[in-house]
Amino acid sequence: MSWLHLIVLAPFLATVFIPVIHKAFPKLHIGWAVLPLPIALLISLLSQIGKVSSHVSVEASMPWIPSYGIYFDVYLDGLSMLFALLITGIGTLVVLYSIYYLDKHKERLQAFYVYLLLFMGAMLGVVLSDNLMLLYMFWETTSLASFLLIAYWTQREKSRYGAQKSMLITVFGGMAMFAGFILLYVMGGTFSIRGLVEQAPHIAGDPLFIPALVLVLLGAFTKSAQFPFHIWLPDAMEAPTPVSAYLHSATMVKAGLYLVARMTPIFAGQAEWFWLVAGFGLFTLLWGSFSAVKQTDLKSILAFSTVSQLGLIMSLLGVGSLAVLYDAADERLFYAAVLAAVFHLFNHATFKGALFMVAGIVDHETGTRDIRKLGGLMSLMPITFTIAVVGGLSMAGLPPFNGFLSKEMFFTGMLKVLEADVFALETWGILFPIIAVVASVFTFVYSLMLVMRTFLGKLQPEKLEKKPHEAPIGMLIPPIVLASLVLLVGFYPNLIAHSLLEPAVSAILPNLLAPGDHFETHISFWHGWTAELFMTMGVVAVGLLLVLTLRRWVSLYDHLPQRLTLNRLYDGMLLGLQRGSSKGTEAYMSGSLRTYLIYIFLFFILVIGGSLAFIQPTLQASGYAPLAAYEWLLGLILAGAAAAIVLVSSRMSAILAAGAVGYMVSLYFVILRAPDLALTQLVVETVSVALFLLCFYHLPKLRRDMNRVRFQSVNFLIAIGVGAIITILTLAVQGVRPFDSISDYFIANAHDEAGGDNVVNVILVDFRGFDTMLEILVLGIAAIGIYALIKLRLGGDYREHQ
Amino acid sequence: MNINDVILRTATKVITFIILAFSLYLFFAGHNNPGGGFIGGLVTASALVLMYLAFDLESMKKAIPVNYITMTAVGLLIAVATGLGSFLFGAPFLSHTFDYFDLPLFGEKTELATAVLFDLGVYLTVVGITMTIILAIGEDQS
Repeated sequence: MSWLHLIVLAPFLATVFIPVIHKAFPKLHIGWAVLPLPIALLISLLSQIGKVSSHVSVEASMPWIPSYGIYFDVYLDGLSMLFALLITGIGTLVVLYSIYYLDKHKERLQAFYVYLLLFMGAMLGVVLSDNLMLLYMFWETTSLASFLLIAYWTQREKSRYGAQKSMLITVFGGMAMFAGFILLYVMGGTFSIRGLVEQAPHIAGDPLFIPALVLVLLGAFTKSAQFPFHIWLPDAMEAPTPVSAYLHSATMVKAGLYLVARMTPIFAGQAEWFWLVAGFGLFTLLWGSFSAVKQTDLKSILAFSTVSQLGLIMSLLGVGSLAVLYDAADERLFYAAVLAAVFHLFNHATFKGALFMVAGIVDHETGTRDIRKLGGLMSLMPITFTIAVVGGLSMAGLPPFNGFLSKEMFFTGMLKVLEADVFALETWGILFPIIAVVASVFTFVYSLMLVMRTFLGKLQPEKLEKKPHEAPIGMLIPPIVLASLVLLVGFYPNLIAHSLLEPAVSAILPNLLAPGDHFETHISFWHGWTAELFMTMGVVAVGLLLVLTLRRWVSLYDHLPQRLTLNRLYDGMLLGLQRGSSKGTEAYMSGSLRTYLIYIFLFFILVIGGSLAFIQPTLQASGYAPLAAYEWLLGLILAGAAAAIVLVSSRMSAILAAGAVGYMVSLYFVILRAPDLALTQLVVETVSVALFLLCFYHLPKLRRDMNRVRFQSVNFLIAIGVGAIITILTLAVQGVRPFDSISDYFIANAHDEAGGDNVVNVILVDFRGFDTMLEILVLGIAAIGIYALIKLRLGGDYREHQ
Repeated sequence: MNINDVILRTATKVITFIILAFSLYLFFAGHNNPGGGFIGGLVTASALVLMYLAFDLESMKKAIPVNYITMTAVGLLIAVATGLGSFLFGAPFLSHTFDYFDLPLFGEKTELATAVLFDLGVYLTVVGITMTIILAIGEDQS
């Protein structure tokens, strides 16, 4: 347990106190109680920035399941520092914003903040873990927390739809990633990321390498909403706006970028990695910006814009991976792309966070987010307007904002591709700058459209639900902070260049550095009359033309085929899956316990009986201990009780006879000196007989058709079959013993290592305690299931509700 | 069931306490003798079932006002927390330890093991689960 572990675990621990605080201070807006936590985390992270920017990483290790190579290892280097600061910094602002955004009288605030903290902790866990299994655990926790947050307004059908969609897509990717991680473990023999980086040259030629690469990228692409998996992100906008600002622009969707950056030292240098990352990134950039222009909802525009910007950063990471291919002389050629990626990542978090908050303010104060109804808000909401201008122009890539700088660097990166002479880039490379410019034109158009149609033009008060006015100060402070960062970084980019960006780049490309060496970064505001600047001027010229003529050509989007969209495909697949599985289920789930038992026993007879016939075991009929007279007697009673179950006509007597069988078996345990088993068996019999009696009390009397010959003969055959196979199995087991018994180990070590003399109990609670823990967990789930089935039963037949 | 069974009820009043005491004994003896959280929990549950059978549900709830679902949750939490607790000492998940102490009343060299805490979680969970299921079915009137 160390400081770094605490950073990850603190949000999880804090969730425990939220319901308590809510009960103790019902009048308090819980956001105020949550707010100190991200601030404290931010400050403690900032205190380490000196260490990290001088390229020393902070590490801490803790064994978790060492026998499987799973350690709770965390480390803080340049890349994780950048992300951790975004998570805690924007987290602080979002919590402050949400205090004013969410009404404490109308909303379930305690649930909201529990989910938000859960998310914050999981996200910190993702970026700080060194162990792949740990990373995977936190990764899926972010999916789970995001599901809960998107579905926060559970009464809205669209929220539930969006939540399910994001969950299905991101968890699908997460599972693929999990498989990829296991392949990496198979190849490299360790779950440690740094360990795998060291192994990278050895595993590159492995036949499993490409499958692992593709699987890991599936995880990254689904999380970062890359085409064609981007369809969940616009629907995720049903979440409350603070959530959209936090998860869907600043943090969670960037987890995929984080993963690609983190995995670059392992996979970079492969043609497949370059083409997949850069290709999907570029296409997503183009598709996202193209689709954003036709949206009419403020948050939808921002959602598609996020998709597009994530594609931009992804393509930069792809191009940056070329750096690994070149030797020492040229290595700095492509590292510019990686620098642009981390720089834009930071910038995007600032301006997009601010814009989402602006969208939330507009929604909150006017009651709508439809840009066809909005307009002319400039004079009524001057502060919000200013923030929107700063954010919007930064997103459009105009000076003097930070988006301009990173966009110039993005163009630099794309132009550098022309200089590469690998992976057929001599011919295909020209596409990179072309797509970059086209996408930037669309980006320019929707950025300006967003600001102009909301704040300029004519006010249409009759279409608004509320009388618009400026937002309360608490809702304005967070976007003001972000907008100031946009300006500050725009004018003084070197503020973060040395302390944040350089260490992050070094963490992404560690193999290029000699020990003690690091990259030199200098971002200048004016970089001369370069090709990049002319590209920007072209983008602005064409973009302005398109914005001014927007009304004439935007109707062109209506001619696009509506039937062939990815959303239709997704909905169709989901519907098909539901229909198919319900048909499959209905085919065998008849609702009769007897049918299920027949399936189970038939399966048992076929599989076990079949394999017994196949291996033809030797049956041992001799060499057993002699039975004493009283043991014979017990056996006879047992057999008699078993026969009675079948023969008696009343259900009650059958239950009692079944209990008698159980008691006889436990008597055998006593005789054969297994007191623990005997005790357990006795009590289980007692309790289950009582339970059976209670259950059957509710059931109708035995039906007459149960006495029919056909019914009984099927039962008879199955019973004989199961009994015969069990008998053969028991006889066969005696003759085979391929391994030494493990019980000697437990008997020898129970006293010394666990301090207990009862080996059975020591195994249960100590040696195999994890089994026991999961067993009681399963029992608990079963109990809740039974409780829910009986207590929360829907009135009448379930099918009537369909 | 409206049978007025005086003998059963009178006997139950005494026997329940004997069974409960025995279950506590089983729980604590488990480390060195037959017993443990699982068996102890089941024995406790059987004592409660006996009460339920001899009396009715209302009087049993009045005598032991416990929410068994909460009890299950508390049991699971204790079990998981003992696992996490080992992290505080830098040991892997679910590591147990034990030592001998000189305690008043219990005598010298009394063994205290963290496994007992885990077992307590098992005990509470087993009682909670069994009673949740039995009461859910028993209370059902439809």
